[in-house]
Amino acid sequence: MKNTILNVIGIICVSIMLLQCKGGVKEDQPTVDFAELQKGQPEVHGTEVKDAEIVMNTPLNQEWVKGGENIYNLKCLACHKLTEDKLVGPGWKGVTKKRSPSWIINMIINVDMMLEKDPEAQKLLEQCLVRMPNQNVSKEESLQLLEFMRKNDGEM
Amino acid sequence: MKMSMAALAMLGLIFVFSTGCKPKGVQSAVGGNSAVKSFVPPGKYDEFYNFVSGGFSGQMAVYGLPSGRLFRVIPVFSVDPEKGYGYSEESKPMLNTSHGFVPWDDLHHPALSVTDGIHDGRWAFGNANNTPRIARLDLKTFRTAEILEIPNSGGNHSSPFITENTEYVVAGTRFSLPMGDKLDVPINTYKENFRGTVSFISVDQPTGRMNIAFQILLPGINFDLARAGKGKSHGWFFFSCYNAERANTLLEVNASQMDKDFIMAVNWKKAEEYVKAGKAMKKSVRYAHNVYDEAAHMATSKIETEVLVLDPKDCPDMVYFMPCPKSPHGCDTDPSGEYIVGSGKLAALIPVFSFTKIQEAITAKNFDGDYEGIPVLKYDAVLHGEVKKPGLGPLHTEFDDKGNAYTSFFVSSEIVKWRISDLQVLDRVPTYYSIGHLCVPGGPTKKPWGKYVIAYNKITKDRYLPTGPELTQSAQLYSIDGEKMQLILDFPTIGEPHYAEAIPAELIMKNSTKIYKLEENKNPYVALGEKEAKVVRKGNEIHVYMTSIRSHFTPDNIEGIKLGDVVYFHVTNLEQDWDVPHGFAVKGANNAELLIMPGETQTLLWKPERVGVYPMYCTDFCSALHQEMQGYIRVSPAGANVPLTFSTGEQAKAAQ
Repeated sequence: MKNTILNVIGIICVSIMLLQCKGGVKEDQPTVDFAELQKGQPEVHGTEVKDAEIVMNTPLNQEWVKGGENIYNLKCLACHKLTEDKLVGPGWKGVTKKRSPSWIINMIINVDMMLEKDPEAQKLLEQCLVRMPNQNVSKEESLQLLEFMRKNDGEM
Repeated sequence: MKMSMAALAMLGLIFVFSTGCKPKGVQSAVGGNSAVKSFVPPGKYDEFYNFVSGGFSGQMAVYGLPSGRLFRVIPVFSVDPEKGYGYSEESKPMLNTSHGFVPWDDLHHPALSVTDGIHDGRWAFGNANNTPRIARLDLKTFRTAEILEIPNSGGNHSSPFITENTEYVVAGTRFSLPMGDKLDVPINTYKENFRGTVSFISVDQPTGRMNIAFQILLPGINFDLARAGKGKSHGWFFFSCYNAERANTLLEVNASQMDKDFIMAVNWKKAEEYVKAGKAMKKSVRYAHNVYDEAAHMATSKIETEVLVLDPKDCPDMVYFMPCPKSPHGCDTDPSGEYIVGSGKLAALIPVFSFTKIQEAITAKNFDGDYEGIPVLKYDAVLHGEVKKPGLGPLHTEFDDKGNAYTSFFVSSEIVKWRISDLQVLDRVPTYYSIGHLCVPGGPTKKPWGKYVIAYNKITKDRYLPTGPELTQSAQLYSIDGEKMQLILDFPTIGEPHYAEAIPAELIMKNSTKIYKLEENKNPYVALGEKEAKVVRKGNEIHVYMTSIRSHFTPDNIEGIKLGDVVYFHVTNLEQDWDVPHGFAVKGANNAELLIMPGETQTLLWKPERVGVYPMYCTDFCSALHQEMQGYIRVSPAGANVPLTFSTGEQAKAAQ
């Protein structure tokens, strides 16, 4: 008899506790819009660029060549030689003959997408073992770099 | 028999109803499913940033709420080898004072900037208690941007509380001191020769630059904590005071003699008028003012020599005292600005003052005499009421958005919830143990987020795995969105967690700096690209303009340094990618490493003392080839004729 009553008490207690606790749980974690929060940030990730969007100057735009060289000296020279020799990344000699303009531009401004999707970019990562960093180069600046690469490959 | 069984059953029910999901013993921290409330799944963000005082670590820690995860430790008043703070040449000036370089302090109270009484996410402020200073932290970078020393102060405790639009940050002295020309006096002449001050530091909008606008000279009592008025009480500031006895020895007995100490009310708008009217005296002092320049990546320190001081005897209607029972500690203004809650550490009740009644008492000159020339308002005339028998040892009070107050009780180790309007106690929960401060997100502002209250505890016995004689400091998170407070998480903290503030994440994270743009780097020793990397000798000074990028330094071989040379490594991180800092360390250097953010330049001073070849390397994992990011520096005897050269992967170049 005593045991039965104690059991009943126990069951009542446990069920009340469960009920109260369940009532206390809320699924109200706020949703933070990360895309919104990224706006106006100095770190730039470009969107995918297609060949058709890229204007190829002939003869070369010499202002762009000069601008591209300045960006190269500041942000690229540490890892890329202008010869065919690999340093941290591949040498630049011949790159404009081997790769499409959009491939080069996307590698500069949209490197995360390239390393995720592009088999050639993935092969290079296997060889170099250092992810090409996002150096916060704008689309306009990347076109100047392309012009500088074309000059490096002998175009006029 | 049956009756007693039924009675037992009733007792069981009552017990269950009254305790709900609260833990029965100290071992079971979280009951039922309540832990779900603090669970933030991997890949999800926390709802609030919690800025927590690091106490005697001199730092400020940043946690996420409700997860309790530690995100960042921001060095403020203490050197921090992890970040090179206080070790790099650029950051050393931040810790300069009128006493020279001070590598440690005791940070008690974070305060977040506000606009119209609501958190705006611009800056956090913190106080150095020991060598009195106020710091301003930039919440874009989570770095200390400015440190201002406070003259005429000792034990800078009642700070850095701020006014409704961050017009002023205050700094009240805990220890009164002899001032002016008469500094060398017998300590037992305290009553004649010791004075207190509170300082009002103006904050420039929008740069945040601080400046001591004026100090108020006060009787030699101890100023403990403070709160600005807001809303209807905007323009006023309230300070808790103890040691009205003006004792100078064995204060635990001698400063507890009187039944009541004071809360001091300062009309700072009036004080501004007196400063404008030329009532302030210029006093000769010395204090350091240190500012970090984000473009130059460099701090500068300047010694200031003058401060303006207002004496209440020349400035009527500026300062009043209100009697407050038994050594008041917390002094907290509610979201409406009408009520000021005093907390007598030794009192068995909580007095709540009414701003409206304070104004009426002042108009009616309803005084109870004066204290050292400053009017004392009649206790009963300014009192809204007392919370009776709330617990033992009330310390601090925060507020929710529903008209309730939450007071921490140090002696009885609990948080007590009570209603401001009728002063009724509504709920109480135990803390583990000896709670000091507590925090409700937005609690000191006009707009509290009544979701959580966090307890910051002094003692942690039996909560965590033992770690020798000292256990981790700790905080506890309670949900307060229901009728009853509910413990949902314990989490460890750094140093001693004094006060803390919490702010919605979206106010901070949208502005967070990710990189420093190389094009904007104005450090005089920057190397903008590897072509600018070089080594320059100036007498016995060697300046290495070095660059770092995944996964090498340029130069990575340097020869021609001689004993007696002083070497400055100016390292520029060429990365422009978020979260890719590089480190820099040299064997035998008598300071710490550098930690250089993307696009930043930092300088390590090295004085080699033995001939040999010294390795250097990157200390912050940067890529699969991080381990290869290394180099050598050759040090020759003083008279050697080894030319100064440097190289990376090619023929060495001669230095300039």
